[in-house]
Amino acid sequence: MVDSPSISPWVIFFASILTSNMILSNFLGMCSYISISGEYKTASGLGKAVSLVLVLTMGVNYAIYHLVIRPLGLEYVQYIVFIMVIAASVQVIEMAMDRFLPDLHRKLGIFLPLITVNCAILGSTLFMVIRNYGLFQALLFALGSGLGWWLAISALAAIREKIARNKLPRGLAGPGIAFIITGLMALAFIGFSGIFAVQ
Amino acid sequence: MAVLTTVLSLAAVSAVLSVFIIVAELFLNNYGDCQVDINRGERKLTVKGGDSLLSSLSGQAIFLPSACGGKATCGLCKVRVLDGAGPLLPTEEPYLSAEEISQGIRLSCQIKVKRDLQILIPEELFNIRQFMTRIERIDRLTHDILGLRLTLEEPDAIRFKAGQYVQLYTEPYGKVKEKVFRAYSMASAPSDQHAVELIVRLVPEGICTTYVHQVLKPGDTVKLSGPYGDFYLRGACSELVLIAGGSGLAPIRSLILDILEKELPYKMTFFFGAVRRADLYYVQEMNDLAARYPQFRFIPGLSKPEPADDWQGETGLITEIVSRYVPDSQDKEAYLCGSPGMINACLSVLNQKGFTEETIFYDKF
Repeated sequence: MVDSPSISPWVIFFASILTSNMILSNFLGMCSYISISGEYKTASGLGKAVSLVLVLTMGVNYAIYHLVIRPLGLEYVQYIVFIMVIAASVQVIEMAMDRFLPDLHRKLGIFLPLITVNCAILGSTLFMVIRNYGLFQALLFALGSGLGWWLAISALAAIREKIARNKLPRGLAGPGIAFIITGLMALAFIGFSGIFAVQ
Repeated sequence: MAVLTTVLSLAAVSAVLSVFIIVAELFLNNYGDCQVDINRGERKLTVKGGDSLLSSLSGQAIFLPSACGGKATCGLCKVRVLDGAGPLLPTEEPYLSAEEISQGIRLSCQIKVKRDLQILIPEELFNIRQFMTRIERIDRLTHDILGLRLTLEEPDAIRFKAGQYVQLYTEPYGKVKEKVFRAYSMASAPSDQHAVELIVRLVPEGICTTYVHQVLKPGDTVKLSGPYGDFYLRGACSELVLIAGGSGLAPIRSLILDILEKELPYKMTFFFGAVRRADLYYVQEMNDLAARYPQFRFIPGLSKPEPADDWQGETGLITEIVSRYVPDSQDKEAYLCGSPGMINACLSVLNQKGFTEETIFYDKF
């Protein structure tokens, strides 16, 4: 059995926000990122929801992986189990949002349940498995990934709101310009690489 | 052995997650009891919050139409909300026009009941109920048509517009294992609130008509639901042309009785088409009405009278007879009920006389 890497959890935390940003370095979780980044407040809300789901599911998945899957040798069904956990968590969070934050729930609409298939969520869990993180590392990795995702979508939303009234070439409005901006941001974030190496 | 562990562990994980969701739903989806005020206090319901308005209402026996079962793909479950529904959802937008939205019309399958609501439901829908009835009388009207009179037991009164129909539900019988329901227009007047009269023609191999003709006896219980339908009097005219064939007499009779009872001043001409004399029924009643009420004229017509019929009345196809008596469409509305063939033929005749979509109303069966 391989030991967990001896990187400080805090290094993992900062790296997952900046140098291995889920969106801008790993390009995971793109579809709701592109679709919901039109309005800053909604995007920020979604970012927080994604972070919450990430931390919650990472905790549960870590427990299940180390208590059930590894001991019983069930690695081949780990994808199914992880997705079930993610789906259940998103359901509960959706109910909670409908109750306590109905406006945000309405604005996110279908993209709230779509967090279930957001590859950033499953991706984080699988990173945890592949890199063999310990509990604290995994949780901080999840929190960092979530905050990084939030950072990226908020930045994109802010930029898109700012250029909303500008005249764009006709084919580029909407997703077109979003992709271009994302690409430029990703280029900028490459500048962070070399600060921390976690790959 | 490995398979067993896999199956059991997956099952265990799923079970734990399900329990988690159920518990969360109990706490989070618990909006308490909410009051739904319908038609400004006409009816007040207390329902458990957390479900869609559509299902909450149907749980209280108020059935709004729905073809898709709440998935926001049919747009039939519209309801007017005065207060309490929250902002319009994107899933509702495709089915509502700007005017409807400004009037507060929403899709009831998308509104989640979270707090007290005030809504308006059209009278027609609001009146739809399920009735337990008992057969009071079965009359043989012709060789293949029966007239049923059913007394309403639970609930004991029905509110409907003359011309509407009910659905009759059959029970399994003989070789027939399935339960079906079929629509039959009410032949009784709306004032006859505690009973419903139906006219049922035997269709060869028809599950429901065979049930009615061969299985039902006076005293049996029958389940009905209704009233349904948009075949009823509009009346933006002074004269009515009424045309019926076969069992299509039912809604027309209801209209005639209702108009005469309410002493509405419409001039009515009722064309009743059949093949031979044996196919006619309720003739005596119609003739009596014509004698008593100058505003009502009864014109039965036979297309192939038999010599034994000794028929003195009009002969020919109903379309020819109508054509002879109805000169134009001036200030008139036409109401038709019969087989699709009869209706289509009458439609062309009426169109030639100047009747349009707005002045012709029909019930094809």
